[in-house]
Amino acid sequence: MFHRVPRAAAGVAVLVLLAGCSSSATPSPAAPTAVTLGSIVMIPKQVNNPYFDVAFKGAQNAATALGGTLTQVGPSNAVGTEQIPFIQTATTQKAQAIIVSADDATAIAPALQAAMAAGIKVVGYDSSPAVGAYNVFVNQADTAGIGKGLADMACDEAPSCTGEIAVLSAAQTATNQNAWIAAMQTTLKDAKYSKLVWDGVVYGNDDPTVSTQQAQALLSAHPNLKVIVSPTTVGIVAAAQVVKDQNKTGSVFVTGLGTPKGMVDFVKGGQAPEFALWNVTDLGYLAYAVAVDLVNGTIKGTAGETFTVKGVNNDQPYTIGTDGVVVLGPPFVFNAKNIDQYVASFGF
Amino acid sequence: MTQDPQTVNRPPDSSPTSTEASIAVGHPRNATNLGRGLVSVVARWEVLLIVILAVVIWEGNQISPFYIDWTNFGFSTGGTMEVAIMALAMTPIIITGDIDLSVESMVGLSGAVLGVLWAGGLPLQFGIPIVLCVGLVGGLFNGMLVTRWGLPALVVTLGTLALYRGLAQVVLGTSYVSNFPKAFTDFGQGYVPGTSVPWTLLAFLTAAAIFCVVIHMTWIGRQVFAIGKNKEAARYSGVRVATLRTALFAVSGMVAAFAGVMLALRTNSVRSDNGSGLTLIVVMIAVLGGVDINGGKGTIPGVILAVFTLAALQSALRLAGVSSEYQNVTIGLLLIFSVITPQLARQFRVLADRVRQGRHRPVRDPIPGEVVR
Repeated sequence: MFHRVPRAAAGVAVLVLLAGCSSSATPSPAAPTAVTLGSIVMIPKQVNNPYFDVAFKGAQNAATALGGTLTQVGPSNAVGTEQIPFIQTATTQKAQAIIVSADDATAIAPALQAAMAAGIKVVGYDSSPAVGAYNVFVNQADTAGIGKGLADMACDEAPSCTGEIAVLSAAQTATNQNAWIAAMQTTLKDAKYSKLVWDGVVYGNDDPTVSTQQAQALLSAHPNLKVIVSPTTVGIVAAAQVVKDQNKTGSVFVTGLGTPKGMVDFVKGGQAPEFALWNVTDLGYLAYAVAVDLVNGTIKGTAGETFTVKGVNNDQPYTIGTDGVVVLGPPFVFNAKNIDQYVASFGF
Repeated sequence: MTQDPQTVNRPPDSSPTSTEASIAVGHPRNATNLGRGLVSVVARWEVLLIVILAVVIWEGNQISPFYIDWTNFGFSTGGTMEVAIMALAMTPIIITGDIDLSVESMVGLSGAVLGVLWAGGLPLQFGIPIVLCVGLVGGLFNGMLVTRWGLPALVVTLGTLALYRGLAQVVLGTSYVSNFPKAFTDFGQGYVPGTSVPWTLLAFLTAAAIFCVVIHMTWIGRQVFAIGKNKEAARYSGVRVATLRTALFAVSGMVAAFAGVMLALRTNSVRSDNGSGLTLIVVMIAVLGGVDINGGKGTIPGVILAVFTLAALQSALRLAGVSSEYQNVTIGLLLIFSVITPQLARQFRVLADRVRQGRHRPVRDPIPGEVVR
């Protein structure tokens, strides 16, 4: 009655042996030399996501300019553990570098460390893997830069940089928004902004309905309000819509962080003459350039190293900061002149 | 069941089909019938799997020079071991005609509990046994609902699929726990020194050996098959059907909890969504391994082969650069293939038996519960 068991078990044993034997029989390909650029693998949080496709486009431009073969692979769901097999496959294929946006910073760390142990350079972009599981992390937005950008845009939109300004934020607990608003307030202490009057912060919870109510309340509470600053993509659209609906176009202006597609009508309509976001194409370009520099040995990823990437950051040098972080640059400002181009190229 | 007298009266082992029945009753094999024995070997599902596995490995080697490589062996097996070990426990459940859809949520719940205990300062050597008990209790709960209240396993475990995931979210919320001690993550991520054999593969093979012996060489296994063939008949012949079915669910819960521990240690991270979507893969491995989704049939060696086939196939697809959508499509097609093929083979055998009937004369009556075609 047990006859079937040993037979099939033997089959497994034979196959395991087979796999083992043939592996030793196959000559392993020669290790790539540091000078020739080989394959570089980009792993976004999720494939078929417009944001990451734009970053990939930037990386492709860099690959055309700098050399090397770039491929993008990744999970169809933004789940941390699903990125692991893609990292391992790149390791197996002896890719020269992996450029990754982490779904789960800690879950992919062991796989990335294994890749680094195999001599593969790891560059984080957009969302950082755990410290120690990458060589360089390209950060799209440093807090101080965004805070200054928000203050500058408010100053631009308020006539003669004078008048009342208020902030429509996301949730009261939103870490990023709170940090940006704090940085903005620090910038506003500068004498240049002394004529801007701070009316305070309201919270729209990144919910279109709540954000709309809060924007309406701001207009009622502060009749002399000049600028609403909303450092969140949901809030900025709601605020611009309220300004438009209440016929305040031209007397109250909206700015903050938004997406080209969401804001194009309000830029052209005059409710939000300018707003910002990081340049996603440049983010991909810089990440690829950093990967190439790491592969070539031009940089090692240690704090204090400087390097220049032609075509990004106005050709000014970048400096690697603590924990191997490089900041892309000041936020990118969209206005009536450039918005059409980015609606087309970003698609979000 | 209606029985054609001619069908009833035929020698033992006159066709490949009756070997399935003989495993439940321990009927001796007719060694003299060499030709037909050979047919039964070739027609075995495991042989088909070995062929598929060989083809996949051959193709994989064509696709990429990195395919047949120890590193790849370690990566592709290491990432499959959680579902593999759960498929072992799923096998006897499906053989008895039940199913446990809640396993992926138990992975999440056990990980969450482990994370909270660890974050609260309890060492893992105490946390892991507690988590295994959580799995045992969760599995017992499934089993009690199914057997004591006579509810369908499909519905009960669909309920606990939601329930256990919900509990994991209650326990852990939106936070996560990381930084498990190195001695433990080495088990989840590491390899036997000097080789590319993951520790977890050894754990799986050990578990597989235990399941193989229990299912195929003990009275427990015989009773499992007897339940799958015919629950009523099994009960009348003295099998404690409800107890055994409950026990199988309890084992499945505990094994799923262990898989949750493995996943937590492999990724050095627990979140409440750990393990989402794994049930599909677990059931697929069992079915691909030749376990009849209608119950009554299946072997552990077949399931082991299915684990390696799946790992080999997934690795080949990844190295070929197949995008994850098409990987999902392939998994889906494979699942349908493994359900349809035995069905077609069964219909073919029925046909073949009808043709053969005239040539063989009566020897014995069928045992209650034996499938006579």
